[in-house]
Amino acid sequence: MTTKPEKPAVVKEPSMLKQKAMIARNYDKLTSAPETGKKVVSTYVPGNLNELIMCFDMLNNLPEINAIQNGLRKQSGNMIREAEKMGHSEDVCSYVKADIGAMARGAIAPNGKPMPPPDLLLLSYTGCFTFLKWFELLRDEWGCETVMLQVPYDGDGKVTDNMRDYVVKQLKEEVIPAMERISGVKFDIDRLRENLKHSAAAEDDFVWVLQSAMNKPSPIDAYFGGVFYIGPIFTAFRGTEDAVDYYKLLRQEIEERIAQGKGPITPEGEMGEEKYRLVVEGPPNWTHFRDFWKMFYDEGAVVVASTYTKVGGVFDFGFRHDPENPLESLADYCLGCYTNRNLPDRVAMIENYMEAYQADGLLINSIKSCNSFSAGQLLMMREIERRTGKPAAFIETDLVDPRYFSAANIRTRLESYFQMIEQKRRPAGAPTPVAA
Amino acid sequence: MASPKTTEAIVAHCEALFGDLDFTAARRWKDAEPGRKVIGYMPIYVPREIIHAGGMLPLGILGGGDNIEVIHGDAYYQSYICRIPRSTIELAITKRLDFVDGMLFPAICDVIRNLSGMWKLMRPEAYVRYFDVPQNFRDDLGGEYYINELRELIAGLEGVAGRKIPDDDIRRSIAVYNDNRRLVQRVYELRAKTPWKAPTSEVYLLLRAGMVLPVEDHSRLLEDYLATCEARDRPMRDNCRIVLQGTFCEQPPLSLIKAIELSGCYIVDDDFMLVTRWLLDDVAVDGDPIANLSRAFLHASAATAAKYEPDPAQKGAFLIETVRKRAAEGVIFASPSFCDPALLDRPMLAKALSRENIPYISFKYAENSGQMQPIREQAGTFADSIKLWSEA
Amino acid sequence: MRCFIGIDLGSTTTKAVLLDEDGGMLGRGITNSRSNYQTATTVAKLEAMISARLTLFSRALAQDGTGIADVGAFMAEIERHFRLEQFLDQLDDLERTGAAVIDGERFAGREDAAREALGLIFDRLRGEAPAIYAPGAERKSDFFRDIAGSRYMHIAEDVAKEAGVAFDMLLNIYDKSIIGVENRPPAGAMGERFKRAIDRVLGETSRKLDREALDAAMKSAFGIDIEEANIVGTGYGRVTLPFPKEQIRSEILCHGLGAHVLYPKTRTVLDIGGQDTKAIQIDKDGIVENFQMNDRCAAGCGRYLGYIADEMNIGVHELGPLAMKATKSVRINSTCTVFAGAELRDRLALGEKREDILAGLHRAIILRAMSIISRSGGIENEFTWTGGVANNEAAVKALRILVKENYGDVTINIDPASIYTGALGAATFALREANAKGAQA
Repeated sequence: MTTKPEKPAVVKEPSMLKQKAMIARNYDKLTSAPETGKKVVSTYVPGNLNELIMCFDMLNNLPEINAIQNGLRKQSGNMIREAEKMGHSEDVCSYVKADIGAMARGAIAPNGKPMPPPDLLLLSYTGCFTFLKWFELLRDEWGCETVMLQVPYDGDGKVTDNMRDYVVKQLKEEVIPAMERISGVKFDIDRLRENLKHSAAAEDDFVWVLQSAMNKPSPIDAYFGGVFYIGPIFTAFRGTEDAVDYYKLLRQEIEERIAQGKGPITPEGEMGEEKYRLVVEGPPNWTHFRDFWKMFYDEGAVVVASTYTKVGGVFDFGFRHDPENPLESLADYCLGCYTNRNLPDRVAMIENYMEAYQADGLLINSIKSCNSFSAGQLLMMREIERRTGKPAAFIETDLVDPRYFSAANIRTRLESYFQMIEQKRRPAGAPTPVAA
Repeated sequence: MASPKTTEAIVAHCEALFGDLDFTAARRWKDAEPGRKVIGYMPIYVPREIIHAGGMLPLGILGGGDNIEVIHGDAYYQSYICRIPRSTIELAITKRLDFVDGMLFPAICDVIRNLSGMWKLMRPEAYVRYFDVPQNFRDDLGGEYYINELRELIAGLEGVAGRKIPDDDIRRSIAVYNDNRRLVQRVYELRAKTPWKAPTSEVYLLLRAGMVLPVEDHSRLLEDYLATCEARDRPMRDNCRIVLQGTFCEQPPLSLIKAIELSGCYIVDDDFMLVTRWLLDDVAVDGDPIANLSRAFLHASAATAAKYEPDPAQKGAFLIETVRKRAAEGVIFASPSFCDPALLDRPMLAKALSRENIPYISFKYAENSGQMQPIREQAGTFADSIKLWSEA
Repeated sequence: MRCFIGIDLGSTTTKAVLLDEDGGMLGRGITNSRSNYQTATTVAKLEAMISARLTLFSRALAQDGTGIADVGAFMAEIERHFRLEQFLDQLDDLERTGAAVIDGERFAGREDAAREALGLIFDRLRGEAPAIYAPGAERKSDFFRDIAGSRYMHIAEDVAKEAGVAFDMLLNIYDKSIIGVENRPPAGAMGERFKRAIDRVLGETSRKLDREALDAAMKSAFGIDIEEANIVGTGYGRVTLPFPKEQIRSEILCHGLGAHVLYPKTRTVLDIGGQDTKAIQIDKDGIVENFQMNDRCAAGCGRYLGYIADEMNIGVHELGPLAMKATKSVRINSTCTVFAGAELRDRLALGEKREDILAGLHRAIILRAMSIISRSGGIENEFTWTGGVANNEAAVKALRILVKENYGDVTINIDPASIYTGALGAATFALREANAKGAQA
């Protein structure tokens, strides 16, 4: 999600260039860790505690992002096959297999240098049981220290004191001591407060960016473009000044687009007329990211809101990291991530997006790898159709396993879906006398 | 209820309960007295003692097996998701679960977790709880969290029962379930000692009966089985002894269990219906019952894929210990297709077994698998190879 | 007259439907899709045009006082003879093409023998042609390639023996010729073929016919100028359809609308094709409200029956009748095509009867379809089933039972001509859109 597809985009805006430079710098830091002596923490995007990790001068390496990078570069297929040869089932998550397969081949970072093994696995399994197994598997391979941060699931749709206290206590008594020990740096809560201030500032602009899609036409694509916009805030940059600057820059660019009445930028330049406004549920496919996107912008379909851009934190309903309550707000952040919310909550969120963003319909991209997202999506679809009266469609792909992307099949469904929306709102859909 | 007194009659009784997708026995229990309530639960573990203490019937829901045509359930799930939630939804949509007053969905995987939310959407009037458990095993950390969760659960169940659930009642229920656990352990020991007398196809049905019967009735059934079974005169075969692993959630069809046994394997331990054996020892009866349940969970519970193993050196140790304790010669990993926890855990367990030179094979199944030939072939070859290996 | 054309470019067959301005069916045509979609479109359209002329002719006959009471039966005779005439024309074309192949290839002194053998083959082909199109004769296919091909092989084997030429050589000539012939419309004027067909009817019929009245009717039918007012394409090959994007509609939309035209009260449409299964919910105007297709897995599609037939070594059309002999239905839990054979052998090994297993297999396929229907929103009102599998009586039986079990008594339409549903929907879109434009103008 933090990289550009392999072919350079036609239009490179300053914000894109800035993000690219940020990512490159971070990979350089990671691959030079053996020389600089910096310690590396691996953790996941949902429940990513970057602000805390930075308090110990440690570097943050997110395995999903590495799998995505390999997916975009069309290398994940071989890695997955490698892992399957090692005994991993074809049925399970392709992020895990891409990661394990990459390790087996000697993990190489996008800068071409070897990726050092992590010094600490921060197992914050927020919203996904597979995370739990994934780091057990990595621990088994690397033999490195692992610290568990259990984030209870919001089964009843509300965060209880018990849940919050449990997370805070784990942070205090398990996570922070482990980080202190490994990094040799004493925890300084004021440093955390400082980082959280940066987070909150970036989150304000990030939310503004997401909500800019309420404009007609929308100046952004909140799914295919959105995965770039979430890059800094979901990964190793939340809590940095870099991220604050990035979102300021991005906001300015989008303000300008709105002033000019422009739609989103696509890999092939400015998008044509906005014909369909969609809400999308589910992660994107990474192995055919560009082909997939093209099926949308060629038809004039813009995604105005997506749930995937909430996977590393839900900020558009008011939550901000809070320097006044640092550990509690880290807990609330983790507890509130999209896949940690129960299904009724997820349905309510999508329903809200459908109305607030004046969408024509809901599209669910159901991901084979990700049961956390996928199990129950067909019921979610029915609920949204029933509540909003707007049409929904369902397609199936995978994250980084290229074997599960059937372009012809997806195109058929998308075309039918777009035409269905079109027919329903066009007077030509009305009948003319037809003698049977 | 009068218990049948021959092994065959006991097994036949259990098989009838197993095949009854309308849960007639549980319905009858509920109808016998006004105000009775039934609480359904899914694998792998819920503290049934609390439900029992509230005067309610805990009802284990393990999907629809291979004898239900799933039509509407399939409409809720993609093809890459396991079978148990779709047949469970089918049971609900076909009104076979309409008498169930509440449902508990344990923290086992994302599919069962999300099913809790689906249930909330589909049955807004029912009591539905996602039952989360600690992955931190310190009493003052995970334990504290768990005790509070249990208190929330009790409050919720009190709402369904329409009455308080006092500690004394929970203590009494703990004692009742301690009895049941001991009896189940005795059946497992009997089977491990003389598997020709207590084949797994029977032991399995016996355990299944415990999912739908009141615990007292089930305990009597276990006692009767133990009493009649030991006196049985059945020939011992030259079978190999294996531990079956991975069957903790979606159930294999009974024909699959029989196919493994027929192909020359004695199943001497397994992870069927862990709820009956999750807590390894008696739970203390005296003192704070909730704290006792918590301590048992934290310090003396089974290892399974859905549970975090904090100590990397202990990964697989529980399985290896089971193999040793039961004098098993190998492990059969049988995992439901698309079962994330079982399939992700398997490579680590396999590695641990390899280190101990314990042979294993693995295959996948679904609750409605129809083809047993490949299973027979694999299990048979495995049995033969173990025999050859032990002779060499 | 203005007509509206719908083309459905399927993976195996291409269909064309012609509607008149009132939405009345003028004609329809079908051909195999081949590798060349352009040709398939042209041929299907031509076939539809032939059928349109037949329609116009029968309309003219009904108006004019030709004294024919049973226009339908008479037209069937005409059509039968027309097909024969067309077949003969194509045989001529094939023979000419074959002769050219002989001229153009290196036959090293065997040219004369080859020419002679070819002549013999085609004399016999022409000789037996009337029997192929005799009243009540069954043809396995209506495509020239299928009929001519199988007979050519048969006769060529005999001729090779009699004339002492290599069968391989004759086969080679055929192979090199058929693609060309198949990929061009039958030569000669359609009207001429009609005239000859009428002559043949007059020659063999016992009817009392007025030649002049017939000629007049034909003149009026062929005198009408058919103008292609609008054309819409759909189907598997629609991305390669030889017309602009605005004139292309998705299969699902066309299928839904086509079913609506056939059965205006339909609200739910099921289509089980070879590769996919679709459940479509439509509104009162035939506009799609929801649709679901089978996922990546082809379990339960028509293809599955093909695997089963292969496994049992019988024709796919024999499956249904065999399953109807079942006394019970064996429960089959997997419709996975990969395991189709294993499941079947397992059941047979357990002593189950073939017909009972087959009954179970048909039920299993329909169960899959029922799930897809359920996913799309279920059946609340009139229901229409289309697609090749709907011709299978055992599948129809299973469907009727399951629909009743799950949705009670709803009207079920099963259309024998359902293969044209998509093209009919496309043609209706062509008509509706032209009218909408007209209304705007």
